Amino acid sequence: MTLPLVPGIITFAAVFGTVCAQKGLTLAETMLINSFVFAGASQFVAMELYRDPVTPTVLIAMTGIAAAVNLRMLLLGASLRPWLGPSPAWQVYPSLYFLTDMNWLLALRYHAEGGRDWGVYFGSGILLWLLWTVSVVPGYYLGQLFAEPQKWGLDLVMPALFITMLIPIWKGRRQTLSWLVAAVVAVASWQLIGGYWFVLTGAIAGAVAGAFIDDPEPKEQARG
Amino acid sequence: MAESAWSIDGLFFLTVLAMTAATYSMRAGGYWIMGRVPLTPRVRRGLESLPGAIIVSTILPIALKGGLPAALCLAVAAAAMAVLRKDIIAVFLGVAAAAAARAAGL
Repeated sequence: MTLPLVPGIITFAAVFGTVCAQKGLTLAETMLINSFVFAGASQFVAMELYRDPVTPTVLIAMTGIAAAVNLRMLLLGASLRPWLGPSPAWQVYPSLYFLTDMNWLLALRYHAEGGRDWGVYFGSGILLWLLWTVSVVPGYYLGQLFAEPQKWGLDLVMPALFITMLIPIWKGRRQTLSWLVAAVVAVASWQLIGGYWFVLTGAIAGAVAGAFIDDPEPKEQARG
Repeated sequence: MAESAWSIDGLFFLTVLAMTAATYSMRAGGYWIMGRVPLTPRVRRGLESLPGAIIVSTILPIALKGGLPAALCLAVAAAAMAVLRKDIIAVFLGVAAAAAARAAGL
Protein backbone atom coordinates (compact mmCIF):
# COMPACT_ATOMS: atom_id res chain seq x y z
CA MET A 1 0.00 0.00 0.00
CA THR A 2 2.92 2.29 0.64
CA LEU A 3 4.20 1.72 -2.88
CA PRO A 4 2.97 4.85 -4.72
CA LEU A 5 4.74 7.00 -2.12
CA VAL A 6 8.17 5.46 -2.35
CA PRO A 7 9.68 7.60 -5.16
CA GLY A 8 8.32 10.77 -3.59
CA ILE A 9 9.68 10.00 -0.15
CA ILE A 10 13.11 9.01 -1.36
CA THR A 11 13.38 12.14 -3.45
CA PHE A 12 12.25 14.52 -0.76
CA ALA A 13 14.46 13.01 1.89
CA ALA A 14 17.33 13.26 -0.60
CA VAL A 15 16.52 16.89 -1.34
CA PHE A 16 16.53 17.55 2.39
CA GLY A 17 19.97 15.97 2.58
CA THR A 18 21.11 18.34 -0.17
CA VAL A 19 19.74 21.36 1.68
CA CYS A 20 21.52 20.32 4.89
CA ALA A 21 24.82 19.81 3.08
CA GLN A 22 24.53 23.28 1.54
CA LYS A 23 23.82 24.80 4.95
CA GLY A 24 26.96 23.21 6.36
CA LEU A 25 25.51 20.56 8.64
CA THR A 26 27.64 17.48 9.26
CA LEU A 27 26.26 14.15 8.08
CA ALA A 28 25.53 13.15 11.68
CA GLU A 29 23.63 16.38 12.26
CA THR A 30 21.67 15.89 9.06
CA MET A 31 20.64 12.38 10.00
CA LEU A 32 19.82 13.49 13.51
CA ILE A 33 17.38 16.22 12.53
CA ASN A 34 15.89 14.18 9.70
CA SER A 35 15.26 11.01 11.70
CA PHE A 36 14.20 12.61 14.98
CA VAL A 37 11.86 15.26 13.69
CA PHE A 38 10.51 13.11 10.82
CA ALA A 39 8.17 15.76 9.44
CA GLY A 40 9.00 16.78 5.88
CA ALA A 41 7.70 20.29 5.29
CA SER A 42 8.56 21.59 8.76
CA GLN A 43 12.16 20.39 8.40
CA PHE A 44 12.59 22.37 5.20
CA VAL A 45 11.08 25.51 6.67
CA ALA A 46 13.12 25.15 9.86
CA MET A 47 16.35 24.82 7.86
CA GLU A 48 15.62 28.24 6.38
CA LEU A 49 16.13 29.58 9.89
CA TYR A 50 19.26 27.58 10.64
CA ARG A 51 22.40 29.58 11.33
CA ASP A 52 25.84 28.31 12.15
CA PRO A 53 26.68 28.45 15.02
CA VAL A 54 23.34 27.67 16.59
CA THR A 55 22.30 30.26 19.16
CA PRO A 56 19.44 30.01 21.66
CA THR A 57 17.49 32.33 19.37
CA VAL A 58 17.92 29.93 16.47
CA LEU A 59 16.85 27.07 18.74
CA ILE A 60 13.64 28.86 19.67
CA ALA A 61 12.91 29.93 16.10
CA MET A 62 13.41 26.46 14.63
CA THR A 63 11.33 24.85 17.37
CA GLY A 64 8.59 27.41 16.95
CA ILE A 65 8.42 26.94 13.20
CA ALA A 66 8.32 23.14 13.60
CA ALA A 67 5.40 23.51 15.99
CA ALA A 68 3.56 25.93 13.70
CA VAL A 69 3.97 23.91 10.51
CA ASN A 70 2.98 20.72 12.32
CA LEU A 71 -0.08 22.12 14.08
CA ARG A 72 -2.21 20.24 11.56
CA MET A 73 -1.02 17.00 13.17
CA LEU A 74 -3.29 17.83 16.10
CA LEU A 75 -6.14 17.27 13.67
CA LEU A 76 -4.72 14.09 12.15
CA GLY A 77 -4.37 12.64 15.65
CA ALA A 78 -7.87 13.77 16.63
CA SER A 79 -9.37 12.03 13.62
CA LEU A 80 -7.73 8.75 14.69
CA ARG A 81 -9.38 8.78 18.12
CA PRO A 82 -12.58 6.93 17.19
CA TRP A 83 -10.50 4.16 15.63
CA LEU A 84 -7.55 3.80 18.03
CA GLY A 85 -9.41 4.91 21.17
CA PRO A 86 -10.26 1.38 22.39
CA SER A 87 -6.60 0.29 22.21
CA PRO A 88 -4.34 0.60 25.25
CA ALA A 89 -2.53 3.92 25.60
CA TRP A 90 0.90 2.32 25.94
CA GLN A 91 0.49 0.95 22.42
CA VAL A 92 -1.10 4.00 20.82
CA TYR A 93 1.15 6.78 22.13
CA PRO A 94 4.44 5.33 20.88
CA SER A 95 2.81 4.69 17.51
CA LEU A 96 1.77 8.36 17.28
CA TYR A 97 5.43 9.27 16.96
CA PHE A 98 5.20 7.79 13.44
CA LEU A 99 2.11 9.76 12.47
CA THR A 100 2.57 11.64 9.18
CA ASP A 101 0.23 12.82 6.45
CA MET A 102 1.26 9.85 4.39
CA ASN A 103 0.53 6.92 6.65
CA TRP A 104 -2.49 8.76 8.02
CA LEU A 105 -3.83 8.85 4.49
CA LEU A 106 -3.07 5.19 3.82
CA ALA A 107 -4.67 4.17 7.10
CA LEU A 108 -7.70 6.30 6.38
CA ARG A 109 -8.19 4.66 3.03
CA TYR A 110 -7.90 1.24 4.60
CA HIS A 111 -10.33 2.19 7.37
CA ALA A 112 -12.84 3.61 4.87
CA GLU A 113 -12.82 0.26 3.11
CA GLY A 114 -13.75 -1.49 6.34
CA GLY A 115 -10.32 -2.46 7.67
CA ARG A 116 -9.84 -2.16 11.41
CA ASP A 117 -6.34 -3.50 12.10
CA TRP A 118 -4.35 -0.40 13.02
CA GLY A 119 -1.11 -2.30 12.49
CA VAL A 120 -1.56 -1.03 8.93
CA TYR A 121 -1.16 2.54 10.14
CA PHE A 122 1.73 1.72 12.48
CA GLY A 123 3.57 -0.56 10.05
CA SER A 124 3.40 1.89 7.16
CA GLY A 125 4.59 4.62 9.55
CA ILE A 126 7.69 2.64 10.50
CA LEU A 127 8.37 1.75 6.86
CA LEU A 128 8.15 5.41 5.86
CA TRP A 129 10.46 6.37 8.71
CA LEU A 130 13.07 3.85 7.58
CA LEU A 131 12.93 5.06 3.96
CA TRP A 132 13.09 8.66 5.11
CA THR A 133 16.05 7.98 7.39
CA VAL A 134 18.11 6.17 4.78
CA SER A 135 17.30 8.37 1.77
CA VAL A 136 18.74 11.53 3.27
CA VAL A 137 22.29 10.15 2.90
CA PRO A 138 22.57 10.03 -0.92
CA GLY A 139 21.12 13.53 -1.08
CA TYR A 140 23.76 14.77 1.33
CA TYR A 141 26.55 13.52 -0.93
CA LEU A 142 25.00 13.62 -4.39
CA GLY A 143 22.95 16.78 -4.21
CA GLN A 144 22.86 17.60 -7.90
CA LEU A 145 21.18 14.32 -8.84
CA PHE A 146 18.12 15.31 -6.87
CA ALA A 147 18.04 18.94 -7.85
CA GLU A 148 14.93 18.83 -10.02
CA PRO A 149 12.11 16.82 -8.45
CA GLN A 150 9.63 19.18 -10.14
CA LYS A 151 10.65 18.04 -13.59
CA TRP A 152 9.23 14.59 -12.88
CA GLY A 153 6.21 15.91 -11.06
CA LEU A 154 7.43 14.34 -7.83
CA ASP A 155 6.48 17.41 -5.83
CA LEU A 156 2.87 16.58 -6.69
CA VAL A 157 2.80 12.97 -5.46
CA MET A 158 1.39 13.94 -2.09
CA PRO A 159 -1.36 16.24 -3.38
CA ALA A 160 -2.29 13.63 -6.00
CA LEU A 161 -2.55 10.95 -3.34
CA PHE A 162 -4.59 13.29 -1.17
CA ILE A 163 -7.12 13.85 -3.90
CA THR A 164 -7.48 10.14 -4.64
CA MET A 165 -8.56 9.75 -1.01
CA LEU A 166 -11.44 12.15 -1.45
CA ILE A 167 -13.24 9.95 -3.97
CA PRO A 168 -13.88 6.92 -1.72
CA ILE A 169 -14.83 8.98 1.35
CA TRP A 170 -17.45 11.05 -0.46
CA LYS A 171 -20.83 9.89 0.77
CA GLY A 172 -23.24 12.67 -0.07
CA ARG A 173 -24.59 16.05 0.94
CA ARG A 174 -22.80 16.35 4.28
CA GLN A 175 -19.39 15.79 2.67
CA THR A 176 -20.15 18.15 -0.20
CA LEU A 177 -21.17 20.95 2.13
CA SER A 178 -18.43 20.49 4.70
CA TRP A 179 -15.76 20.28 1.99
CA LEU A 180 -17.15 23.42 0.41
CA VAL A 181 -16.84 25.25 3.73
CA ALA A 182 -13.30 23.88 4.14
CA ALA A 183 -12.42 25.01 0.62
CA VAL A 184 -13.73 28.55 1.04
CA VAL A 185 -12.11 29.08 4.44
CA ALA A 186 -8.81 27.50 3.35
CA VAL A 187 -8.49 29.65 0.24
CA ALA A 188 -9.56 32.77 2.12
CA SER A 189 -7.00 32.26 4.89
CA TRP A 190 -4.31 31.29 2.38
CA GLN A 191 -4.89 34.62 0.63
CA LEU A 192 -5.24 36.69 3.79
CA ILE A 193 -2.82 35.13 6.27
CA GLY A 194 -0.42 33.06 4.16
CA GLY A 195 1.92 30.49 5.69
CA TYR A 196 0.48 27.09 6.55
CA TRP A 197 -2.52 28.28 8.55
CA PHE A 198 -4.93 27.44 5.74
CA VAL A 199 -4.75 23.73 6.54
CA LEU A 200 -5.79 24.38 10.10
CA THR A 201 -8.49 26.97 9.53
CA GLY A 202 -10.03 25.16 6.58
CA ALA A 203 -10.00 21.75 8.24
CA ILE A 204 -11.53 23.01 11.49
CA ALA A 205 -14.19 24.98 9.64
CA GLY A 206 -15.05 21.93 7.53
CA ALA A 207 -15.23 19.63 10.55
CA VAL A 208 -17.42 22.06 12.48
CA ALA A 209 -19.69 22.37 9.45
CA GLY A 210 -19.79 18.58 9.15
CA ALA A 211 -20.73 18.29 12.81
CA PHE A 212 -23.69 20.64 12.44
CA ILE A 213 -25.05 19.54 9.09
CA ASP A 214 -27.99 17.11 9.35
CA ASP A 215 -29.07 18.80 12.54
CA PRO A 216 -32.79 19.26 13.19
CA GLU A 217 -32.26 23.02 13.29
CA PRO A 218 -29.20 23.62 11.14
CA LYS A 219 -27.12 26.52 12.36
CA GLU A 220 -25.50 28.22 9.42
CA GLN A 221 -21.93 27.03 9.18
CA ALA A 222 -19.86 28.15 12.13
CA ARG A 223 -16.74 29.59 10.63
CA GLY A 224 -13.42 28.50 12.13
CA MET B 1 32.58 24.06 11.71
CA ALA B 2 32.70 20.33 11.11
CA GLU B 3 35.98 18.58 11.76
CA SER B 4 34.43 15.25 10.86
CA ALA B 5 31.20 14.01 9.34
CA TRP B 6 30.21 12.64 12.74
CA SER B 7 30.56 15.71 14.91
CA ILE B 8 27.40 17.20 16.36
CA ASP B 9 27.10 20.71 17.75
CA GLY B 10 25.69 20.71 21.30
CA LEU B 11 23.14 23.44 20.79
CA PHE B 12 22.10 21.93 17.47
CA PHE B 13 21.43 18.69 19.31
CA LEU B 14 19.22 20.53 21.79
CA THR B 15 17.44 22.22 18.89
CA VAL B 16 16.65 18.86 17.33
CA LEU B 17 15.36 17.54 20.65
CA ALA B 18 13.14 20.60 21.08
CA MET B 19 11.79 20.28 17.53
CA THR B 20 11.12 16.60 18.09
CA ALA B 21 9.28 17.30 21.32
CA ALA B 22 7.22 20.04 19.68
CA THR B 23 6.32 17.82 16.76
CA TYR B 24 5.46 14.83 18.91
CA SER B 25 3.24 16.94 21.12
CA MET B 26 1.29 17.87 17.98
CA ARG B 27 1.10 14.26 16.87
CA ALA B 28 -0.10 12.97 20.23
CA GLY B 29 -1.90 16.10 21.42
CA GLY B 30 -4.93 15.93 19.14
CA TYR B 31 -5.45 12.29 19.99
CA TRP B 32 -5.05 13.03 23.69
CA ILE B 33 -7.50 15.93 23.66
CA MET B 34 -10.16 13.88 21.87
CA GLY B 35 -9.86 11.33 24.67
CA ARG B 36 -11.03 14.03 27.08
CA VAL B 37 -13.93 15.21 24.94
CA PRO B 38 -17.08 13.11 25.20
CA LEU B 39 -17.83 11.47 21.85
CA THR B 40 -21.34 12.83 21.35
CA PRO B 41 -22.95 12.17 17.96
CA ARG B 42 -22.11 15.73 16.97
CA VAL B 43 -18.43 15.39 17.90
CA ARG B 44 -18.34 12.09 16.05
CA ARG B 45 -19.81 13.68 12.93
CA GLY B 46 -17.25 16.44 13.18
CA LEU B 47 -14.40 13.93 13.44
CA GLU B 48 -15.83 12.04 10.48
CA SER B 49 -15.82 15.22 8.43
CA LEU B 50 -12.30 16.10 9.51
CA PRO B 51 -10.29 13.93 7.08
CA GLY B 52 -12.06 15.25 4.00
CA ALA B 53 -11.81 18.80 5.29
CA ILE B 54 -8.08 18.39 5.96
CA ILE B 55 -7.55 17.02 2.46
CA VAL B 56 -9.51 19.79 0.73
CA SER B 57 -7.78 22.49 2.76
CA THR B 58 -4.35 21.05 2.05
CA ILE B 59 -4.58 20.56 -1.69
CA LEU B 60 -6.67 23.48 -2.84
CA PRO B 61 -4.05 26.17 -2.20
CA ILE B 62 -1.43 23.84 -3.74
CA ALA B 63 -3.56 23.54 -6.87
CA LEU B 64 -4.09 27.30 -7.08
CA LYS B 65 -0.44 28.11 -6.40
CA GLY B 66 0.93 25.39 -8.71
CA GLY B 67 -0.82 26.70 -11.79
CA LEU B 68 -1.88 24.57 -14.74
CA PRO B 69 0.41 21.54 -14.21
CA ALA B 70 -0.71 21.15 -10.60
CA ALA B 71 -4.38 21.59 -11.47
CA LEU B 72 -4.03 19.12 -14.33
CA CYS B 73 -2.30 16.62 -12.05
CA LEU B 74 -5.11 16.77 -9.48
CA ALA B 75 -7.86 16.62 -12.10
CA VAL B 76 -6.32 13.59 -13.83
CA ALA B 77 -5.68 11.82 -10.51
CA ALA B 78 -9.25 12.44 -9.34
CA ALA B 79 -10.77 11.32 -12.64
CA ALA B 80 -8.59 8.20 -12.79
CA MET B 81 -9.50 7.34 -9.22
CA ALA B 82 -13.22 7.79 -9.87
CA VAL B 83 -13.05 5.47 -12.88
CA LEU B 84 -10.38 2.92 -11.93
CA ARG B 85 -10.49 3.01 -8.10
CA LYS B 86 -6.77 2.28 -7.95
CA ASP B 87 -4.80 4.91 -6.09
CA ILE B 88 -1.39 3.80 -7.37
CA ILE B 89 -2.43 4.19 -10.99
CA ALA B 90 -4.31 7.41 -10.32
CA VAL B 91 -1.30 9.01 -8.63
CA PHE B 92 1.00 7.83 -11.38
CA LEU B 93 -1.24 9.24 -14.14
CA GLY B 94 -1.67 12.53 -12.31
CA VAL B 95 2.05 12.98 -11.77
CA ALA B 96 2.79 11.97 -15.35
CA ALA B 97 0.27 14.54 -16.61
CA ALA B 98 2.02 17.26 -14.57
CA ALA B 99 5.46 16.19 -15.81
CA ALA B 100 4.19 16.25 -19.39
CA ALA B 101 2.60 19.66 -18.93
CA ARG B 102 5.84 21.06 -17.50
CA ALA B 103 7.89 19.46 -20.26
CA ALA B 104 5.58 21.18 -22.73
CA GLY B 105 6.35 24.45 -20.98
CA LEU B 106 2.87 25.12 -19.58
